[in-house]
Amino acid sequence: MKRTKLIISSFLIIVILLMFIGCKGEDKVTLNVFNWGDYIDETVISEFEKEFGINVNYETFATNEDMYVKIKQGATNYDVAFPSDYMIEKMIKEDMLKEIDLDNIDNFKHINEQFKNLAFDQENKYSIPYMWGTVGILYNTKVVKEPVKSWDILWDEKYKNQILMLDSQRDSIAVALKKLGYSMNTRDKEKLEEAKEELIKQKPLVLAYVVDEVKGMMIGEEAALAVVWSGDAITMMKENENLEYAIPKEGTNLWFDNMVIPKTSKHKKEAELFINFMTRAEISLKNTNYIGYSTTNSETVKMLSKEIQNNKVAYPDKEDIKDSEVFLDPGNFIKEYDKIWTEVKAH
Amino acid sequence: MKKYVVLPYIFWSVLFIVVPLILVLVFSITIKTNGNLVLSLDNFKRFLEPVYIKVLVRSLTLALISTIICLILGYPAALILSKEVTNKRNILILLFIIPMWMNFLLRTYAWMTILGKNGLINNFLSWIGLPTMNLLYNNGAVILGMVYNFLPFMVLPIYTVLSKMDKSVIEAAKDLGANKLKVFLKIIFPLSLPGVTAGITMVFMPAVSTFVISRLLGGGQYMLIGNLIEQQFLFVGDWNFGSALSIIMMIMILISMALMSKYDRKDGGQGLW
Repeated sequence: MKRTKLIISSFLIIVILLMFIGCKGEDKVTLNVFNWGDYIDETVISEFEKEFGINVNYETFATNEDMYVKIKQGATNYDVAFPSDYMIEKMIKEDMLKEIDLDNIDNFKHINEQFKNLAFDQENKYSIPYMWGTVGILYNTKVVKEPVKSWDILWDEKYKNQILMLDSQRDSIAVALKKLGYSMNTRDKEKLEEAKEELIKQKPLVLAYVVDEVKGMMIGEEAALAVVWSGDAITMMKENENLEYAIPKEGTNLWFDNMVIPKTSKHKKEAELFINFMTRAEISLKNTNYIGYSTTNSETVKMLSKEIQNNKVAYPDKEDIKDSEVFLDPGNFIKEYDKIWTEVKAH
Repeated sequence: MKKYVVLPYIFWSVLFIVVPLILVLVFSITIKTNGNLVLSLDNFKRFLEPVYIKVLVRSLTLALISTIICLILGYPAALILSKEVTNKRNILILLFIIPMWMNFLLRTYAWMTILGKNGLINNFLSWIGLPTMNLLYNNGAVILGMVYNFLPFMVLPIYTVLSKMDKSVIEAAKDLGANKLKVFLKIIFPLSLPGVTAGITMVFMPAVSTFVISRLLGGGQYMLIGNLIEQQFLFVGDWNFGSALSIIMMIMILISMALMSKYDRKDGGQGLW
């Protein structure tokens, strides 16, 4: 009796321990790829596996911060990840990324010059552009009869309870800063205070602060104006033809999702193969058509249908984004943003 | 002999309860300066700023209101349930529990389509010629969501205590000439208090810490302490302040539980745990 119980309890302990160990095996290299959810045409992965004889373990994340925490903790040795601009800067600062050997990425030449050597990674030492886009105002032409030109429309009493803002501190504060004509990367507390006042003034007009719910709400015409990412705007405009997208004249946020190799990677060579493969025009075309976001690859753009190429939402004229900025990592200053956002939300 | 049987449980709770709690505590009393961890109470000091107090007060108020509503709705329901014959009672309890088989998030999303501007209720209102109302994205919607989601946690413990109650005590009271109201006030209610306190704790705890309901049904307009903690961990990356907030919330919950159990002991009766 005593022995049986001992056996059962030791068995249970072993089971618990095994849960942490997981299984290993096979000689084939397995590449751990960490991407945003629904951000790749998954047939591309099996194509890569077939062509190079490398296994791909594909995992997804929902926010940059989730991804950062997972890589920082190092539970899985990710080989390729897809962070956005400011997060890349932060990861470079914290020495979390491996330098990429551009000689191994010969498709890098296809990347539009406009998207190379940006402030967050000045010589593309650490990151290769994947997708890009803007932030703008999506509006329903049934309700909003006037042309949308400026962020000011989100402060217009006429549209009380018709406005959706992003439930994301940096994006919403950036809208207020841009409306006031300031840089969205400002570190001036007084300007942030002004932005806070603007957001508090706007709060009674706002129906809700949302993230992903925005899609259902704009398509279902629950609201008339929303701050959205351009990629999502294209998806929503396909579903509801009353929707239009505008980039305000004060300028907006340009965002980039690039491919990087975390320091924890044990297969740098294979990771570079993967990045090069993803930058190949035909592969990039598949992904672009699947996701519907804007590709950074100028060869791919030429292969897209004329309709998409001329779509000003996905590929705006240079003129329209001339005053736009890319987010920079605020470092510890992010606490100021957080304080302001909490004050707005607690008001 | 018993020693070996409890080993896995001890291992499990040390690993998943004690160690994480210690980590939270350590994070809460340290701050990061130039990459070094320094002992400090700054996180708690920061919490005393009016903004955060405001968030806490709002969370407590909303949780309290929904707990009271749950109690008012839940007690009669439990009483009715306990008085039904076994067959009918089992079906009714099943009906109470079935919604809980569905994912909590899904149920909350469902409310969005019911309350929305083009939702069921407003469609009905405009169909019968009434003006539509703004039902979603206010305090009322958040309270509704909490009551809807947590009501079973109130009903079930009260029901358990009521159905286990010794019927002879009630009969004795009746024999001695007490009317129905008096029986309820002097016998049934005091004896059911352990269930009530258990129900209150089980509703109040998740209600005060929720962040999903306030985001979905409150439209992110009303920051609660749960949202504040989530924000510290997921967006700001300030684990130290987030941990301090969690500790403060744990202390609040501990205090309310201590108050409850004190009340409990005074009145005696059979406890649920």
